[in-house]
Amino acid sequence: MNPSLGNFRDAEIVSGIDSSTAFWYVSRATGVVALLLLTAVMLLGLLVTRQGRLPGLPRFAVSGLHRNLSLLAMVFVVVHVVTAVVDGYVNIPITAAVVPLTSPYERLWLSLGAVSFDLMLAAVVTSLLRGRLSRWAWRAVHLTAYLSWPVAWVHSFFAGGDLRQGWLLYVAIVCAVAVAAAAAWRAAAAARDVPRAERVGRLMAAVHDRSRAQPPNGRRERSAPRERTHSS
Amino acid sequence: MRATETAVKLLVNPIDCAAHGACAELLPEAIALDEWGYPVIDPGPLRPSLERPARKAVSACPTLALRLIRSS
Amino acid sequence: MTTVTEDSRDAATGLPRLLPPPASAAGETRPPDLDAHAARHGRLEYRGRPGTLIGDIEAAGLTGRGGAAFPVHRKLQAVLDAAAGRRRTPVVIANGAESEPASDKDATLLWLSPHLVLDGLQLAAEAVGADTAILATHVSRTRDVGSRLREALAARRAAGIDRVPVQLAQAPARFLSGQETALVSHLSGGPAIPAFIPPRITERGLNGAPTLVQNVESLAHLALIARRGPRWFRSVGTDAEPGSMLATVRRSDGQPKITEVPLGIPLRDLAGDLRPDSAVLVGGYHGTWLDGRQALALTLDNASLAQAGARVGAGVVITLPRDRCGLVETASVVRYLALESAGQCGPCLNGLPRIAAALAEIAGGRARPQAVTDVTRWSGLVTGRGACHHPDGTVRFVRSALQTFAAEIDLHQRGRCSAADTRLFLPVPRVAARTEQDWT
Repeated sequence: MNPSLGNFRDAEIVSGIDSSTAFWYVSRATGVVALLLLTAVMLLGLLVTRQGRLPGLPRFAVSGLHRNLSLLAMVFVVVHVVTAVVDGYVNIPITAAVVPLTSPYERLWLSLGAVSFDLMLAAVVTSLLRGRLSRWAWRAVHLTAYLSWPVAWVHSFFAGGDLRQGWLLYVAIVCAVAVAAAAAWRAAAAARDVPRAERVGRLMAAVHDRSRAQPPNGRRERSAPRERTHSS
Repeated sequence: MRATETAVKLLVNPIDCAAHGACAELLPEAIALDEWGYPVIDPGPLRPSLERPARKAVSACPTLALRLIRSS
Repeated sequence: MTTVTEDSRDAATGLPRLLPPPASAAGETRPPDLDAHAARHGRLEYRGRPGTLIGDIEAAGLTGRGGAAFPVHRKLQAVLDAAAGRRRTPVVIANGAESEPASDKDATLLWLSPHLVLDGLQLAAEAVGADTAILATHVSRTRDVGSRLREALAARRAAGIDRVPVQLAQAPARFLSGQETALVSHLSGGPAIPAFIPPRITERGLNGAPTLVQNVESLAHLALIARRGPRWFRSVGTDAEPGSMLATVRRSDGQPKITEVPLGIPLRDLAGDLRPDSAVLVGGYHGTWLDGRQALALTLDNASLAQAGARVGAGVVITLPRDRCGLVETASVVRYLALESAGQCGPCLNGLPRIAAALAEIAGGRARPQAVTDVTRWSGLVTGRGACHHPDGTVRFVRSALQTFAAEIDLHQRGRCSAADTRLFLPVPRVAARTEQDWT
């Protein structure tokens, strides 16, 4: 029999679960899920740029999933931010959600979170209003995702201790490696891309080589084949 | 009062099109892919019953190359 | 300048109109300076307000002489309306790019009658209320006409004739650089590649302003209509297609002759050496091969040529010498056309090189049995699926070749060829491997 259980207030502290810390746990949990979702969004986004496909899924699934998961990730990020602000255990002003350097708690790491969230918001909003923007403007904002994700990862890794131990550490590393590898693959593919002005020349060479490799017609009666027409 | 007959047509901007192929999957009744993966769109007005899937196809295009235009 | 003008002056028709009169008996020609121009055509008279000229142009029935034969008055009106609706000052561009290698008429016109073109440019600018005028020439022609144009502009400045200052510009040496949207793209600082329409350039063109792009020959006709009226313009030509036009005619000796003819002139009169077993190319490299029998019955106007699936186009009429092979010529041209694709649109980028390779096989007598079927299928696949009409024009040329040279194809499929001369006849520029630089 624990003598402290007779004291109601002690019981509260010992049990440790009240509305305040519930928000804190939700914030941490949604943070982890958001990072996982954002990792998936990044990987899918990179796949879309190369017209890639997911095995077994239709073509529209890649871009469709990319968009839907990004919206879902936003929901989780918003809950993550709101619960962190509402929670009374540490003092985080609401402005710290979008303005860097305004939180007295973990100023640097939360600033990174704010920066990442800002960029994410811009990417999502411009995508929802894509039809009204110039292609160049939409693309420029969307490219900031390449910055937003690593910043979100660093925020996740350092703003709390969750990702620095146990199996969440492995999760964090796997996410980082996956995105880095996918980005490297994307960069390599882009380096192999032929500039527009050279595309038709390359294809011409390729199709003419293939046709020249064909054996000539067996029966030849009078004049010789004309090589001249495809001499360069 | 008669409702105005406005024909709706699908149009693709061939410069923006990058042969993702999402449109042909979502609207096979009006869009097929050629041997190089680029969309071949049925000319002429779109059947009214196809307008909703057509809008889905337009919004699914990763490069916003597909458009739905109204002509009366 | 290797072109030669043909003296087709005819008291009844009053031609030539655009080109200078033939040399006098003493063999002396007056240089096309401002005084000679004023002596022949009178002074340039402005109308005083935008829009007033457009009615005359409509009454005259002037259609564009750049190949598309679009009614000039409709373009003028479209630009004027767009300028009013969007409250933006329009821009006028005289298109002397003439990127069709087989055509020489625009360069000849600029060389011999620059002031007529420049008058037309000023009048068009006034008609739409433009404050900017640009005259674009192809980089290969600039060598020939650039200095003459600069002299002409200097003389006009000295005499105070021009109300809108004219800038000279150069289009890069590409087949597509004369295409309206490609030209505007180039003049805006980008590559000379076509843009997707909508929006039309009459609505939103150079730097977003409503833009009038008009072929230089069209502007020359416009300048004369402004002076002499629509009825005078209609005194030659057909009812549906009135007026005269400049034609580039190539005969067996290969030399181009630029001649001004009334629309509706019989092809046999224009080509000169047409026989039932000849083959003749009408319109240019986006034009149509016709066999002699067909061509002997046709006249140079769209109503007549349409019966054979042909169009006037850029006014190029080339009779293939009988000792050359039409398939070899076609393959050579299509190779060039394929290499000149902007490479922006999937169907064109993929289709034209394959068509070119198959035609090269057919011309070389080493075609696989399905080569012609492949060409037919690819031709159907590229038509109407590009941002511009490059694939469509190329396919028109290819299909007409398959039809006109059908007998020759049979011969080639048996490893034979009816031609005796292996040299290429049609002028095709050499195209080397390219970078983005070549398009700007």
